[in-house]
Amino acid sequence: MNEDLKQKNTRLIKKLMFVVLGMFGFGYALVPIYDVFCDITGLNGKTAEEAVQEGVYQVDVSRELTLEFVTSLNKKAPLKFSSEVKKMKLHPGKYYTVNFYAENLTDKKMLARAIPSVTPGLAAEFLKKTECFCFSEQEFKPLERKVMPVRFVIDPKIPERFKTVTLAYTFFDNTETSVKN
Amino acid sequence: MSANVAAHDDHHDHGPEKGIVRWIVTTNHKDIGTLYLAFALVMFFVGGTMALIIRSELFEPGMQFVDPQFFNSMTTMHALVMVFGAVMPAFVGLANWQIPMMIGAPDMALPRMNNMSFWMLVAGVLLLASTLFMEGGAPAGGWTLYPPLVLQTGDALPFAIFSVHLLGISSIMGAINVIATIFNMRAPGMTLMKMPLFVWTWLITAFLLIAIMPVFAGAVTMLLTDRFFDTSFFDAAGGGDPVLYQHIFWFFGHPEVYVMILPTFGVASTIIPVFARKPLFGYASMVYATAAIAFLSFIVWAHHMFTVGMPVAGELYFMYATMLIAVPTGVKIFNWTATMWKGAMTFETPMLFSIAFVVLFTMGGFTGLMMAVAPVDFQYHDTYFIVAHFHYTLVPASIFILMAAGYFWLPKWTGNMYNERIGKLHFWLSAISVNILFFPQHFLGLAGMPRRIPDYAVQFADWNMISSIGAFIYGFSQLLFVYIVIDTIRGGTGEKVTDEVWEDAKKHSLEWTLPSPPPYHSFTTPPEKIPTEHF
Amino acid sequence: MTAPVREFMRHEYDHCLNKRFTAVANLSYCSKMIFRDDGFDGIIIFTSLLLQMGGYSVKKTMQLFASFVLLMLGLGKADAAYTLNLTQGVTKISNELYDLHMLILWICVAIGIAVFGTMFYSIYHHRKSKGHQAAQFHENTTVEIVWTIIPTLILIGMAIPATKAVIDLDDIEDTEMSIKVTGWQWKWEYEYLDTGIHFFSSLDEESNQARQIGSGIDPKSVPNYLLNVDKPLVIPTKTKIRFLFTAADVIHSWWVPALGWKKDTNPGFINEAWTYVEEAGTYRGQCAELCGRDHGFMPIVVIAKEPQEYARWVEEQKALATAAANAAEQEWSKTDLIEKGEALYVNNCASCHMADGAGIDGTFPALTGSAIVTGDMNGQVELMLNGKDMMPAFGTMFNPVEFAAVATYIRNGLGNNVGDSIQPSEIKDLQASLAD
Repeated sequence: MNEDLKQKNTRLIKKLMFVVLGMFGFGYALVPIYDVFCDITGLNGKTAEEAVQEGVYQVDVSRELTLEFVTSLNKKAPLKFSSEVKKMKLHPGKYYTVNFYAENLTDKKMLARAIPSVTPGLAAEFLKKTECFCFSEQEFKPLERKVMPVRFVIDPKIPERFKTVTLAYTFFDNTETSVKN
Repeated sequence: MSANVAAHDDHHDHGPEKGIVRWIVTTNHKDIGTLYLAFALVMFFVGGTMALIIRSELFEPGMQFVDPQFFNSMTTMHALVMVFGAVMPAFVGLANWQIPMMIGAPDMALPRMNNMSFWMLVAGVLLLASTLFMEGGAPAGGWTLYPPLVLQTGDALPFAIFSVHLLGISSIMGAINVIATIFNMRAPGMTLMKMPLFVWTWLITAFLLIAIMPVFAGAVTMLLTDRFFDTSFFDAAGGGDPVLYQHIFWFFGHPEVYVMILPTFGVASTIIPVFARKPLFGYASMVYATAAIAFLSFIVWAHHMFTVGMPVAGELYFMYATMLIAVPTGVKIFNWTATMWKGAMTFETPMLFSIAFVVLFTMGGFTGLMMAVAPVDFQYHDTYFIVAHFHYTLVPASIFILMAAGYFWLPKWTGNMYNERIGKLHFWLSAISVNILFFPQHFLGLAGMPRRIPDYAVQFADWNMISSIGAFIYGFSQLLFVYIVIDTIRGGTGEKVTDEVWEDAKKHSLEWTLPSPPPYHSFTTPPEKIPTEHF
Repeated sequence: MTAPVREFMRHEYDHCLNKRFTAVANLSYCSKMIFRDDGFDGIIIFTSLLLQMGGYSVKKTMQLFASFVLLMLGLGKADAAYTLNLTQGVTKISNELYDLHMLILWICVAIGIAVFGTMFYSIYHHRKSKGHQAAQFHENTTVEIVWTIIPTLILIGMAIPATKAVIDLDDIEDTEMSIKVTGWQWKWEYEYLDTGIHFFSSLDEESNQARQIGSGIDPKSVPNYLLNVDKPLVIPTKTKIRFLFTAADVIHSWWVPALGWKKDTNPGFINEAWTYVEEAGTYRGQCAELCGRDHGFMPIVVIAKEPQEYARWVEEQKALATAAANAAEQEWSKTDLIEKGEALYVNNCASCHMADGAGIDGTFPALTGSAIVTGDMNGQVELMLNGKDMMPAFGTMFNPVEFAAVATYIRNGLGNNVGDSIQPSEIKDLQASLAD
């Protein structure tokens, strides 16, 4: 009887520990799941982290969208950062290039990363970038000023209801963390 | 032979150890239950003192007593201490005392794990408290520990995170023990659907704990590696996302608040029928409603984050799912009302606390429903309205029911009757002051006062002052409870209680068939008859 | 107690009292004493501090209870401009949300009356003391189905207007102008994307002085205490405005109740919301997401002006920007710089480095006697331009005049006496040289 109970308890503990470990793993699994979830729902307006192949789209001249550019700095990024234009009208399907400017204000080497974010979030997947400084970490020499073009197209499949789309970049200074790695 | 059972046998031979050693090495479910309850009561006053520091600072506009950073530490620590140090351990203590007696078992299934989980809890809470004395102060980013803010904590961060790990492990071990006890230790004839609701709600709570505590441990581990090992789970600079933390946290956090309320439901469903002298209405629907609430708690988490910037579809989904919770919760409230209906009620202190629980918890439920409506939550979110809401579902709900449980079972545990007059005084002081304390906070929130601020605009002054006065009355009237507990242990009114203490309690649950106080090992021989009053 | 201990205690005691119960400093200081230095003395000081704090609390509570009695007698009510209910606001959305709020509130009240009414009827009539015999029923399938279905129907009834409101809130297209809002610890940055107007907005000086611990200023004497800023956000009425939100450090939340919503500002990410204000007026709000020490002290003031007046304001701002550029070319006297710098210091620096420059042990370094401040001017200016750890880069936040003023003040105020000063034009040159 007692031997039996002991076995039953051990079996149960094993099963429950399995659940516990599984749930701990699940917590970590939420990280990639979240990315997938963001892609589907447009949460946080994440754009693709890699360049897309330059495809050919039918230019839709009948439609005009407004694209706004927003440049921000994290508070620990001693940079000057701006875009060539703040706002532009554009046709879906047509390729455009916009220059962004960033200057290192320090007399030290700096590694900085720009994080893109699009709003409305659901429009993010229709904004295709073939060239962007945000795909990789940017290295700035002391006091260097960089001109960084972004080449992109708005997929004509973008739903009618989107009329204004905002593309935002925030620069973060990663010098410390990157050097350590 | 089982190590666990061997431990029992030792005690059969010797009884409890003498003196302090008894409490350190004990594997007895009643001793450990007592330890948990005593610890929770101490922590209730520690967390309460922090609340009074908060309410002192908010007594009138202007900064009078503390630095804003310390104020933030107080709100953070008050929450962590109350949740992990007071409410959860108190329910584990009740589970330890009651579950073996209610299902006709001699003890918990895993007595040594039981001991370990208690001492790990103590270690975890002490570690957490020690952060108050570290460079940079205790964590001050709110109990939700949102990054990036929490990463600005000083030396305390790794200690706070390690303490969360300890508390998590302790809860998980406690939960495993409860599940093993309920699954493997029930007396012959005690089928699942004959178990008292307190046992049922704890079983479901234990499964919730096992599912969510590891997720929380994972989330805080990610915070730790983000700060010290250059990962960037939540750091946008490295491709992470601070909002991801909120999702993971609330995946844990929403079921976590039900961890504190489900056993509350269980105790209320146990007490009300005894004093209504009627069987519980709708036993089966109570069980199903509890399970439904537990299930829903896993799919509504983002209603804590409506303002974070979600697509419309997400907002609608989380709004609908959250509103749905009102249905099983409503069923429970209707069932309690129906249990009282046409009963032969008497109003001893445990019943008074239980009735106050039903009424005041329902009010917390109403504000919960209001906040479930996503668009209006754009106004309510992060104001004193939410503070009022969750305090209504925790203080006059969980805490009141814990008090009720104390009055209800103390005579059984000690064999002595408590002083009913002081008990009733405690009840009326608590019930009135808790409303003076929290009701005005609804007005404050609606009028536009954000939560977690140490100072406020002068138009919020009157209600804050009233709320603070309520806080002091409520806080100090809880000392009556301490007096009653000590007094009852030392003999109480001097009247020796019967086995069943309350009229016809035997018909409701097994613990009342044991002598008062019950023997060191509850049911060494299985009970002959299972009470079926509720079925 | 020995004489040195007494002397030491008196000194440390004064130190703590000067900070007036800033508990972080006290606790960390005293814990250091207890755990690291001379344990016994630490305990004495800690205990005496507690007694002091207790005495102060008792005195204060007595006063407060006296004022409460007055309040009860209706004498303290002169300034009671409190509200009980949600603000209706000044936009269509905020009114829609108010109606929705009232609808749900009344539904809850009705359900409450029904449930509590039944319960109290039962409590009154079905008592043992009245000789009521307990019935023994314990289930009734019909009743149980009814009270599952009726709430479900009520919920569906509530979900319909709620869904409409969610969709209305999301209707962000066809806006006429955009304003970018950036949350900082602990101020707001506004950037008008269409006109290029750009400024920071932080707690006004009067509130800021009154809210310091032990300031001796009665908050009731400060107009719009904690709800006033140095530079409000100005928007046109009858214009659909898009707001873009982001943050530079931690998460904040931008909330003006009269507009009907709040929105989180997440570092690295962008959020949007819109408004259309009908009536000109001043609308006040606060940061709603805990963002650190001074979370309670970063209010929001929105002034809605008629479109013509708004246009005039825009012109003014442009003129001011030109004037500021010119001011940077002028020669400033050291006294003028120090005077201007002190006000800026109080608003921008004092929440971390403290009004007296003493900092907070272990968190924010002291400026008084700091090696950087008393050292080379360029070292200090560079640190201020670029920021460090929790300190933001002030190069983007101050114009050259403000920058020079604060730098000069820190070197010659706060108990420092370096004696030198820096001109705005030098700051400009320095920035330019760094930029070229």
